[in-house]
Amino acid sequence: MSGIPHDHYEPKTGAEKWLHSRLPIVGLLYDTIMIPTPKNLNWWWIWGIVLAFCLALQIVTGIVLVMHYTPHVDLAFASVEHIMRNVNGGFMIRYLHANGASLFFVAVYIHIFRGLFYGSYKAPREITWIVGMLIYLMMMGTAFMGYVLPWGQMSFWGATVITGLFGAIPLIGEPIQTWLLGGPAVDNATLNRFFSLHYLLPFVIAGLVIVHIWAFHTTGNNNPTGVEVRRGSKEEAKKDTLPFWPYFVIKDFLGLAVVLLVFWAIVGFMPNYLGHPDNYIEANPLQTPAHIVPEWYFLPFYAILRAFTSEVWVVQIASFVTGGIVDAKFFGVLAMFGAIAVMALAPWLDTSRVRSGKYRPQFKWWFLLLVIDFFALMWLGAMPAEEPYASFSLIASAYWFGYFLVILPLLGVIEKPDAIPATIEEDFDSHYGKKSEATPAE
Amino acid sequence: MFKNLVTGAAFALALVPAAVFAAGGEGHVEDFAFSFEGPFGTYDQNQLQRGLQIYTEVCAACHGLKQVPIRTLSDEGGPGLPADQVRAYAADNFEVFDAEDDDFRPAEPTDHFPENNGVGAPDLSLMAKSRAGFHGPYGLGLNQLFKGIGGAEYIASLLIGYTGETKDEAGTTFYENTAFPGGWISMAPPLSDEQVEFIDGHANDLHHLAEDVSAFLMWTAEPKMMARKQAGFVGVLFLAVLSVLLYLTNKRLWAPHKGKKTS
Repeated sequence: MSGIPHDHYEPKTGAEKWLHSRLPIVGLLYDTIMIPTPKNLNWWWIWGIVLAFCLALQIVTGIVLVMHYTPHVDLAFASVEHIMRNVNGGFMIRYLHANGASLFFVAVYIHIFRGLFYGSYKAPREITWIVGMLIYLMMMGTAFMGYVLPWGQMSFWGATVITGLFGAIPLIGEPIQTWLLGGPAVDNATLNRFFSLHYLLPFVIAGLVIVHIWAFHTTGNNNPTGVEVRRGSKEEAKKDTLPFWPYFVIKDFLGLAVVLLVFWAIVGFMPNYLGHPDNYIEANPLQTPAHIVPEWYFLPFYAILRAFTSEVWVVQIASFVTGGIVDAKFFGVLAMFGAIAVMALAPWLDTSRVRSGKYRPQFKWWFLLLVIDFFALMWLGAMPAEEPYASFSLIASAYWFGYFLVILPLLGVIEKPDAIPATIEEDFDSHYGKKSEATPAE
Repeated sequence: MFKNLVTGAAFALALVPAAVFAAGGEGHVEDFAFSFEGPFGTYDQNQLQRGLQIYTEVCAACHGLKQVPIRTLSDEGGPGLPADQVRAYAADNFEVFDAEDDDFRPAEPTDHFPENNGVGAPDLSLMAKSRAGFHGPYGLGLNQLFKGIGGAEYIASLLIGYTGETKDEAGTTFYENTAFPGGWISMAPPLSDEQVEFIDGHANDLHHLAEDVSAFLMWTAEPKMMARKQAGFVGVLFLAVLSVLLYLTNKRLWAPHKGKKTS
């Protein structure tokens, strides 16, 4: 598929021509920033910019924090307090970084669910989707390791619990866990390697973000109708699109400014809102906290991890069939990663020929239920592992898998979609009226 | 146009109930009206100075404040003691071990409050942030926006929460306390009416003493709170203006491409 036809950069002066024939970087930037963008994009499309901002914010604040932080079990906690008390503006840098992680995940979840509703994952955008899922996985790894660095009680015990998941892998689990930790338990070696990787992964993410953008700049953006931009000629494409600069840059910046307004209020007025009080107690390997709770953005998948206990019949069958190799603990780990894997496979599980959920009368309700299910899982992930939460977790987990593995494939066959607009222009004009008709000469 | 933004913001807020559920603590924590609550709340300098006195005369016997540099007592947004008073305070009250001299010497402002591991009492530097604390009455943990993090309430509730009942277990005496999770604490009631005399004759009943020392410990845990709120206020104001300007820019930019809105 070739890109949407549009005007390309033409070097005019001698200097421009000289550079362009040697390194066409200005042309690359021009084509990237002037990309024709469907003019009917709604406000759910601002979160890409928010995410790009978050990555930049985290890298910049992170680099400054590293200048004052000491990755050693005896010094890490005190060095964070040093940042909070003695470094000029250090308290703001740290609170921005800590809450920036939360903003990052708010944005990525809205971005993902937007893609799920408008069918942005469908052909020809599968690569964009898969790369996005990889970015999301890397974000989770980075955030998890970052949370360990302050070396508070939750840092230590969170690291112990999560790395313990790898220990659940049959036969090779324990050697893998030891290898990950750099020793038999979470200790200085663990802190140092987590620090190293926490610094490295954001740059890998940045690379993947470039691939993500490259991929959807090749296919063109999806849009609320799911109807493709007409590509027959430049003139035709212009009826469906407007250049990214300035139209969408300004619009996205407006969205970003409003999001940052809320973000800044949280950082300024209640920066510990999303944190856990236990992480202001220095890590103590001899004292386990009463409740070990992951950060909010991990809770939905943490709930799925815990949902599959040995009383669940699927687990019992799996255990029987594999001769006990897949026990409840390992099943939970598989379920947790499986929950993300089925989401990544959405492009091939969704059989509907209609891309946008807007025109799918049944899909809409199942999707709404998925959103509710996501929040329910988040709530259940923070609850103690006891009844009735265990049963609820199981039901909610089952729906998560059911949505991707059963509902998406079946709906495409049984659902009768609504009429779809022929072009993006038609959809846009139905909202805003044709410019020529709506504003007669005044 | 803003409807979707508002939906988005609501969605973002709805995503964050974790903090609420994460809060444990079965003890009963009372609500105190501290001066530093809410987006515009500030520390009461006199209260912090009284709290410092209570800490020094009572708590310091068992509890350390190892994360807090003594010099910060003269910082803006804190107790605000003059530098010479801080120097005298450090030298009069604390001794620190000097590795160079291999001996103890009187503390200087550049030293931290000493660590105190004598009887296994926890360090108080961050106590006000490391307990779940008060978390009503607003839902979704939004309490923090209006009433502060709640840890100072926890400390004050604990200090006034002794019922007078005791029990002995394995050679240790436990004291019944309504705020302490589990209900029994190994710390004997540390404060009582008129235990500390203030030079200005400020009220020194148990309730007032508990409140004052809790305010001081909120400051030791969050010494830059006032600077932070100021940065928050300036930032929110700036972003609000920026949002309005971008809204107008965006509207004007798109106007030639949009007719009258029909749906």
